[in-house]
Amino acid sequence: MIRLVDVEKRYAGTGGAALAGVSLEVVRGEVFGVIGQSGAGKSTLIRLINALERPTAGRVEVDGIDVAGLAPAALRVLRRRIGMIFQNFGLLSSRTVAANVAFPLKLADMPRAERDAKVAALLDRVGLTEHADKYPAQLSGGQKQRVGIARALATDPDILLCDEATSALDPETTRQVLALLRDLNRDLGLTIVLITHEMDVVRASCDRVAVLEQGRVVETGLVTDIFAAPSHPATRRMLAALAA
Amino acid sequence: MSGWFSNIDWSDIGQACLDTLIMLGGSLVLTILLGLPLGVLLYLTGEGRLSESRIANGALGIVVNILRSIPFIILLIIMIPLTVMLVGTSLGVAGAIPPLVVGAAPFYARLVEGSLKEVDRTTIEAVQAMGATTRRIVTGALIPEALPGLIAGATVTAVALVSFTAMAGVVGAGGLGDLAIRFGYQRFQTDVMVVTVVLLVLLVQAIQFAGDRLVRHFTRR
Repeated sequence: MIRLVDVEKRYAGTGGAALAGVSLEVVRGEVFGVIGQSGAGKSTLIRLINALERPTAGRVEVDGIDVAGLAPAALRVLRRRIGMIFQNFGLLSSRTVAANVAFPLKLADMPRAERDAKVAALLDRVGLTEHADKYPAQLSGGQKQRVGIARALATDPDILLCDEATSALDPETTRQVLALLRDLNRDLGLTIVLITHEMDVVRASCDRVAVLEQGRVVETGLVTDIFAAPSHPATRRMLAALAA
Repeated sequence: MSGWFSNIDWSDIGQACLDTLIMLGGSLVLTILLGLPLGVLLYLTGEGRLSESRIANGALGIVVNILRSIPFIILLIIMIPLTVMLVGTSLGVAGAIPPLVVGAAPFYARLVEGSLKEVDRTTIEAVQAMGATTRRIVTGALIPEALPGLIAGATVTAVALVSFTAMAGVVGAGGLGDLAIRFGYQRFQTDVMVVTVVLLVLLVQAIQFAGDRLVRHFTRR
């Protein structure tokens, strides 16, 4: 469903490549993790999928469409099929919880009545119905991320991108959010790509994982296999950190 | 001394108050209408922003900086031909408004740019990832998120405009500042000076108070 072919990304003014020769494939309906330390290129990688970043070389495909080659209007249509959540949530602080969730629907010109019903259903799905009229500043981190998830799901996307979505949350809240993501994956057949620096997150939520080290994918496989027999030193290092 | 307030013609003071308020109100509205889009453009074309363009940003920046570096009293005079073209006269309250706007709009634009830069990058990225056009990102996210800062900037600009209006007497626009200079200073009527300055102080206090209240009303953090 998502395919990266020999992707390279360089930023103007910096010497090395943020990503070099990255190829990977995410299958429809799976939860795919990308793990790596900070600076490994994870954020860049996930932003290529919805063209928040463009590759310097190589191809990024979603359903066979070259994402970087899309015209602005076509890209906006594609982006409505790809939800995204963030470490710092990215909520509109000037809007209520309900208005945040309604925002992508407004962008899609959904009529008011339909929108209200949809927002109510989404808030119910993430367990925030009683907080609908609050502002983000009045919520806990876990609640904010639930708003982020509800908002990302508003346009019924096939893909959800999670950019360190649990890194700002405590362990218990992290568990709850990951459980919610797993439920969504199972119930809606949502394909999830998540990036993280925590092996714990990968173990709790992913089917397959790619290990990213200095802009290169050094290992890819089923989470069970990688945990049982890590082949690359970077993977072993991260597993050792987890055991400690 | 023939007693305090003997020199004061209260109807003159009333007229001067009215002139100042009209100049302030008219120029503030136009300053916001002009400065807000200019500030948005400065922001959008900035480095790493949605419509990054070094050329557009550089050109806008130069124009803004030039206008901001001309002292207002000079701007009043060199703008006379343009003012005549725009409002048909370079005199009176109407003649003062174009230079007031040209003097204040670049100032407000910089304050707008600063407020927009304070908006959380992740929030902008999130809206972008939803498939919003740049126009919707600006109207639906950037401006509402920056609103308290935009109002605070408008308040600072309004106060600056009050002091600009004091110079508008040069083109015969009247107002409290003009009264202070012509009577209070040039005719040694200290009581007129005191009354006009007190009124200006009260005006600035009122503007700041109203601005602060609005900022608080729109702050959701």
